[in-house]
Amino acid sequence: MSRLTLSTSTGFSRRTFVVLSLAAGVALGALGSAQAAPKTSLSLGMSVEPSGLDPTAAAPVAIGQVTWQNIFEGLTTIDKDGKVQPQLAESWVISPDGLNYTFKLRQGVTFHNGEVFDSAVAKFSIDRARASDSVNPQKRYFASVDSVETPDAATLVVKLKSLTGNFLYWLGWPSSVMVAPKSAADNKTNPIGTGPFKFVSWAKGSQVELAKNPDYWDKAGTAKLEKVTFRFIADAQAQAAALKSGDLDAFPEFAAPELMASFEGDSKLTTVIGNTELKVVAGMNNAKKPFDDKRVRQALMMAVDRQALIDGAWSGFGTAIGSHYTPNDRGFVDLTKTYPYDPEKARKLLAEAGFASGLSFTIKAPQMAYAQRSSQMLQAMFADVGVTLNIETTEFPAKWVADVFKGGNYDMTIVAHAEPMDIDIYARDPYYFNYKNPAFNEVLKKVDATADASEQAKLYGEAQKILAEDVPALYLFVMPKLGVWNKNLKGLWENEPIPSNVLAQVEWSQ
Amino acid sequence: MPETGVSSFAFPESLKGQDMVALIVRRIAGLVVTLLIVSALIFLVMDLLPGDPASVMLGTSATPETLAALQKQMGLDQPLLVRYGIWLGQALRGDFGTSYTYSVPVAGLIAERLAVTVPLALLAVFLSVSLALPLGVISAGKRNSGLDYIVGVVSQLFIAVPGFWVGLLLILLFSVSLGWMPAGGFPGWSAGFWISLKALLLPAIALALPQAGVLTRVTRTSVLEVMSEDYVRTARSKGLSERTALWLHAVPNAMVPVVTILGLQFTFLIAGAVLVENVFNLPGLGRLAYQALSQRDVVVMQNVILFFAGLVIVMNFLVDMLYLFIDPRLRAGAR
Repeated sequence: MSRLTLSTSTGFSRRTFVVLSLAAGVALGALGSAQAAPKTSLSLGMSVEPSGLDPTAAAPVAIGQVTWQNIFEGLTTIDKDGKVQPQLAESWVISPDGLNYTFKLRQGVTFHNGEVFDSAVAKFSIDRARASDSVNPQKRYFASVDSVETPDAATLVVKLKSLTGNFLYWLGWPSSVMVAPKSAADNKTNPIGTGPFKFVSWAKGSQVELAKNPDYWDKAGTAKLEKVTFRFIADAQAQAAALKSGDLDAFPEFAAPELMASFEGDSKLTTVIGNTELKVVAGMNNAKKPFDDKRVRQALMMAVDRQALIDGAWSGFGTAIGSHYTPNDRGFVDLTKTYPYDPEKARKLLAEAGFASGLSFTIKAPQMAYAQRSSQMLQAMFADVGVTLNIETTEFPAKWVADVFKGGNYDMTIVAHAEPMDIDIYARDPYYFNYKNPAFNEVLKKVDATADASEQAKLYGEAQKILAEDVPALYLFVMPKLGVWNKNLKGLWENEPIPSNVLAQVEWSQ
Repeated sequence: MPETGVSSFAFPESLKGQDMVALIVRRIAGLVVTLLIVSALIFLVMDLLPGDPASVMLGTSATPETLAALQKQMGLDQPLLVRYGIWLGQALRGDFGTSYTYSVPVAGLIAERLAVTVPLALLAVFLSVSLALPLGVISAGKRNSGLDYIVGVVSQLFIAVPGFWVGLLLILLFSVSLGWMPAGGFPGWSAGFWISLKALLLPAIALALPQAGVLTRVTRTSVLEVMSEDYVRTARSKGLSERTALWLHAVPNAMVPVVTILGLQFTFLIAGAVLVENVFNLPGLGRLAYQALSQRDVVVMQNVILFFAGLVIVMNFLVDMLYLFIDPRLRAGAR
C-alpha cells in the first residue's frame, strides 16, 4: 500500500522509487517482526479444483469445500459434530403427522449483491432444486416435497408427500443452499450467497479468492479473517513443498499419507489426523455369480486383515470399518468384529460354497493411489485363501461411472464413497452393488418415518448391522483427514462430517 | 560479406515475391484442411471415449431424470453430426464454445493458459539456446578435448534426467531449504511482471535442461559435419584462423538441423510441459488439457487439441520458412 502511495503522489524517478520502496519494505519488515500483529489472511490448499462454484449444480465435493458455509448458507446447517443446527431458518415446527414443516426465517439477511433473503427466496431455492429441469446433484432429497408456501415474508411452509425423517439434515447440505433469484444462474462463475465471505475472483487452474463480508447478518459469527485464498495443487510433492516453504498456511486434506512423516520436526507446522466421510469399500456385483452367494462375500471379508491393509495402502492412517458408516455419523456402531480377519474360516466357508479349489475374478480399480494400493493388498490377502484377484485399472470418474456405476459390468470394484450418511445407497434400485434386501429397505423406511434423533440413531445401528452381516461390499476403512497447517492457526475442523472448509471462525493466534 | 562466404539473410533474387506468396497460400490451405480433418477426428474420438461429462458433473447420487436434464443443457442429447455441425459453425464465427466444467468461454480459458505457457516456453527456449549453442560450438571446436568430454557427459545427463524430477530438486533447494523462490503456483501477470517472471524461472530451468542437452549434441554434431566440408577447408587454406572459420563459416551453415530441433522443442514445450506444470502447479495449457480429459470436458478438449495441432502445423511452417533464409539452396527449390 505504501508503495502505491509513493509512486502516485510523487514524481521521483523510477530508481528513487525502487530504492525508497525497498527501504520502506525493510522498515515495514522490521516493524512487523517487532510488533507481530496477527495475520488476517489465509492461504489454504486443496488437491482438486472445483468445477464451477455452484454446489446446487454439480456434485464434486470440491465445490462445497470452497463455497459451503463460506459463501453459501442453508436453511439449516451441519456442525462439526455432524449435527443439524438452524441457520437461515431460526426455528421450525413439524406437524404431528410429520408432513408439514413450518420454518421461521431469519430477518435482516441480505445476499452479497444486496438482495434480501425472505420466504420468496427460500421458496425459489427449493423449487429450483426440485424443478423438472433441475440439475441438482441431490435432487432425490427434494423428491418428497409436495409444495412450498409463503404465508408471509418470514414464514416458509414445506409440505411433504411422504415422511422424510432426514429432511432437516438434507437441507443443511451444500446442494441445498439458498440462492438469490437474480444471481442464481451465474453462481457457477460468480457465486452470490449470504455467507461470512464474499467471492472475489477465480484464476482458473490456480486459485479462488474470498474476502470478508462486513455486512454479515450474524455479528457474532462475522469472519475473523479478512482474506482467504484457496489454492489448487494436485501434486502431493508440490503440496508438501508449498507448506514447507510457507507459501501455504494450511492443507486440511493433504493428499499423500506417505509424506506425512516429512512434516515431523517442522517448527512451523502441525499435523492433525481426523476422519472424513470417505468410506473406502470394495463393492461386489451381488447379482453375479459367485457374489450372489452370501458365503462367498463373507469369506472374502474374513480374508481381509483391515489393519494390515490400512498400513500397507495408506501408511497406517485411517479407521477400520465394518459397515457403510463412519465414526462421525450419528448412531455409529463398530462392526469390524462381525467378520474379523480369519483366513482359516474364510477357506472353509469358500469350500462350503463350492470353491474349495479356488476362485478367480477381477477388480476394476480406479487410478487413485488409495484404490490401487488397496487392490494390491487385497490381491495378496485373497491369494492366502486361494482366491486369484486380477487388477484392472479403470479411469475414474468417467470410465468407472460408465462401466461400473451405470453399466454394472464388473465383479468387484473399489471406491471411496464421499457423501455423508449415504447408507441408503444399498436401498437404491438400480445401484451398482445390485444388492436387494427388503429387510434393509424396511429399516430405512422407518428412519424416514421418524424425526426423533435417538430413534433414528437406533435404526441406523440396525441398518449398519444388516450390511455388516450381509457384506454386499467389503468394508475397509474411513479415509483419514490428513490436516497439515501452521501451528498458530486456530479453528479449522479436525474431522469432516460433511466435505467442507468452514472458515468463519478460523483465526491466527499470533 | 560475400568474400567471407556467410550467406546473406536478405531475400535472394531467385525467390520472387509471387512464388513466396503462392508457397504461403498453399501452406495455409493445407493448414486449414488439416485442421478440419483433425477436428472431425477429435470429435469422433471424444465421442467414442467411455464416460460422459454430465455423469462426471453429477456424481453418483444423480437420478436418471437429472442426468437427462443436464445432458440436454449441455446439448449432449443431439446426435454427433449435429453437434459437430453446430460447433464448426460457431467456431467459424469465432465462438469456440463454453467449458462444461468452468462455464466460461473456451477461447478465454485457453488465452489465460497461454499467458502462462507461452512465456514459460519462450523462457525455456531462451535458456536452452543460450546454454546449448555456446556449449555445442565450443565442444565441436575443441573436439576430443577434456572440455568436449565434460560437455558430452553433462549434456547426456541433462537428456537422461526427467524435467519434472529436476523441478522437484530445484523446489527442494531454492524454495524449501533456501526460501528464495516460490514453491510453485503462478500469481498472474496482474500481480507484477517480475513476480510472475520469478514464478516461471525454476520451471523454465527444469524444462530447459533436457532440451539444452539435446540441443548441445545436435549443435556439436552439425558443426563438426560442416567443419569437414570443402569450403571450410578452403577458407582455412586462404589463411583464416580455425576460430574465424568456425564462427563465420561453420556455425551459420550448421544451423539448419539446430533450427529444426528448436521448432520441435518449442511445440513440445507448449504441449508437453504437463508434468513440469504439475510439479510447479502452474495453470498452463498442458494441465488444462489433462484436467479436461479427466472431466470429459469435450468442448475444452476439442479446442485445446485443435490448438496443439494448429500449433504444430504452424511451427513446421515457420521452421520451413526459416530454412529458406538460412539455406540458399532451398530457396532455389522453392520455385
